[in-house]
Amino acid sequence: MIKSWFKSGSPWIWLNAAAVSTCLIMVVGVLGLIVARGVGHFWASPIVQLSYQEDSGEIKTIIGEHVDSTVTPAAMAKSTGFKLSDDEDVLIQYLIKTGNRDLTGSDFRWIQERHIKAQSQPAEMMVIERREWGNFYGTLTAIKENGQVIASGEQAWSILNERLKHTLELHEKIAHLEKKEIGAINYALEKLRLKQRSLELKNAWNEQSAKEFADKKLAYDTDYKNHQAELAQLYQEIRRDSLVATTESGAELAIPLSKIVDVYQPNKMGLFTKITHYFVKLGEFLSEDPREANTEGGIFPAIFGTIMMVMMMSVIVTPFGVIAAVYLREYAKQGFVTQLIRIAVNNLAGVPSIVYGVFGLGFFVYILGGNIDALFFPEASPAPVFGTPGLLWASITLALLTLPVVIVSTEEGLARVPRAIREGSLALGATKIETLWRTVLPMASPAMMTGLILAVARAAGEVAPLMLVGVVKLAPTLPLDGNYPFLHLDRKFMHLGFHIYDVGFQSPNVEAARPLVYATALLLVLVIIGLNLAAIIIRNHLREKYRALEG
Amino acid sequence: MATQENRSHSLDVSSILRGQSKYDEILEPCLKVENLNLFYGKKQALHGINMEMPKKKVTAFIGPSGCGKSTLLRCINRMNDLVDNVTIEGKILLHNDNIYDKSVNVAALRRRVGMVFQKPNPFPKSIFENVTYGLRIQGINDKRILEETVETSLRGAALWDEVKDRLNDNALGLSGGQQQRLVIARAIAIAPEVLLLDEPASALDPISTLKIEELINELKEKYTIVIVTHNMQQAARVSDYTAFMYMGDLIEIGATTQIFTKPAKKQTEDYITGRYG
Repeated sequence: MIKSWFKSGSPWIWLNAAAVSTCLIMVVGVLGLIVARGVGHFWASPIVQLSYQEDSGEIKTIIGEHVDSTVTPAAMAKSTGFKLSDDEDVLIQYLIKTGNRDLTGSDFRWIQERHIKAQSQPAEMMVIERREWGNFYGTLTAIKENGQVIASGEQAWSILNERLKHTLELHEKIAHLEKKEIGAINYALEKLRLKQRSLELKNAWNEQSAKEFADKKLAYDTDYKNHQAELAQLYQEIRRDSLVATTESGAELAIPLSKIVDVYQPNKMGLFTKITHYFVKLGEFLSEDPREANTEGGIFPAIFGTIMMVMMMSVIVTPFGVIAAVYLREYAKQGFVTQLIRIAVNNLAGVPSIVYGVFGLGFFVYILGGNIDALFFPEASPAPVFGTPGLLWASITLALLTLPVVIVSTEEGLARVPRAIREGSLALGATKIETLWRTVLPMASPAMMTGLILAVARAAGEVAPLMLVGVVKLAPTLPLDGNYPFLHLDRKFMHLGFHIYDVGFQSPNVEAARPLVYATALLLVLVIIGLNLAAIIIRNHLREKYRALEG
Repeated sequence: MATQENRSHSLDVSSILRGQSKYDEILEPCLKVENLNLFYGKKQALHGINMEMPKKKVTAFIGPSGCGKSTLLRCINRMNDLVDNVTIEGKILLHNDNIYDKSVNVAALRRRVGMVFQKPNPFPKSIFENVTYGLRIQGINDKRILEETVETSLRGAALWDEVKDRLNDNALGLSGGQQQRLVIARAIAIAPEVLLLDEPASALDPISTLKIEELINELKEKYTIVIVTHNMQQAARVSDYTAFMYMGDLIEIGATTQIFTKPAKKQTEDYITGRYG
């Protein structure tokens, strides 16, 4: 009976099916966890107001968002120092995000369920997202203009919204002036300084050029002063308004509107408003710069940096890999040495990525970059241009890391091009190189794309080597901007993978950053899926076009 | 098993031959093979082949599998150069020029000696691009010339009427027989002198085979054709001259009528009557 069951092969099939479903469950689990934890972050959860009896017996009010809860068996709770009465068999604890870090010193606190005396969700509770000190929870008392109260009570909320909108516009203007306009002037001035230095080094600095440069500098300075004046005025305007809010302890706190990103009253929101609010927050997350040591705000520079780096890497690795594979497969004499090279290339894929990072830093950055600086940018010395980690070196290091993948799959693609096709081309009087260019390479292009897909998947997720060759916690400027030559390969950049590590494990406020870690991880997965999908679509298109002969 | 089949073939052959008229005339040789030896590594595959292939006639190579007929054919456009470890001794003269001379440009030679393979091997490109491939290689990109050549070549390969409305479709969408005629069109588009056909119909159905055979009859007006075939009826139907090869040796060559009716060698007779093969 059992024997025939074994012979029928069904245990084997069950085993296979079990293996597949285990893999599936794990993948779904990973994605599920990331999605569940990351997606909820932008939802406006209700604010609860609690009367809470502290251990000292004193009754306090706590305002905040419910974040997490734990249930501990009584015995275990007792052993960790909680004083429970005998009739309690579990200890329920809630994690409340109370915000107001500037007043209480921390954003979060754990409370025990049994000490909650009363609980409500007052409609007038508001959340203030601030540029500093994290969220504020409390109620609105009054609006002030130049220190004078102009509204209080009921109508304060609508006036606050109006004023805040204006303030945010001003803030945007200031940011634009500072980053774009003044940034461009600074960039130009720096260029000018370097040019002057370069002329001096060449002993070509004379009175005429001195005059020329002074004129240019004067023009920039005038520009700068104009902007500066404009800025001063904007700053004065933005500082005009402030609000007064009441905290949970009843204390009043004045917050200038210029320090506020957003205010909302989640307890008053309907479902539709909450959904709208959710997508607005999501949009901000995707499109804005990070704030407060990356624990708040958006991650746009990291998305941008990741995509930029992956694209640069693709541009570098594809031609190199293809050319190497063509030589190995088409031109090199097949034999011991070729086989040895092939094995070496395959094994390169197994070298730990941090080793590539070390190599990238030691060779590309210091030796290659250092020499490039010495040869082409002597005027910038002692500040390095390419002799320091940056986008170019990160891309090249990752290109090196992913080169084996591209070589191997291109070789496979070349091997799959039927001999009959090559002979057909040669028989028409084409030389080997013509055959290669016109027929063999196009037919192998889907395989090249496969290699590129694998390379992109690997490169986009790599963090360790990048920390050594160009990724930073916070990059002041994007590698692509409006200043000539637009693409700044020497700049450092931000990266989603590193961002996850930094936010999750290096930030001062781990609890606050945790949902961001999941959200960023989700985004990293989505970016990789997106890049891969693009490559897969191109590959399928090519496959259709260069469908090889059947059999 | 094969013997049975071949025996029935031999009956057909004689009946077919009765309808064909073969006449002797003084023929100008186009290709001349002189003392050709070919080695794969140490193994000799062709033993001192000497033969002539007359101009604008069809010469067929017949013989059992592995007898070296395809190898000999591939020597004529130096396709064997691509195989590793091949050594070739002797000469093949194309209009008195040795194609194995060091000064010969192989690509240029292959333009003079076109080749069609056993399995249709169109490029995964449009029909138009397939036919113009050889011309584009030569750097001819004039649209008018290309279009003209495409039409004449496809007409020459008896394919024009079937594909004239879909020249920009992928060639892989054609049927096997059409693909093989496309490949022939592709070969004649660069106006070769000699056309080598390596079992051109063996992968095709009977109707396509018939079309290819008709085509060969038309093509010999313009080109010297050398064909390798497994099918003796086909050799009898399409060729003017037949060479019988066995184990790397050329056993006998002569007018097709003579080979099939009065072979001079016993081995030839045995093969044709299906006693081995």
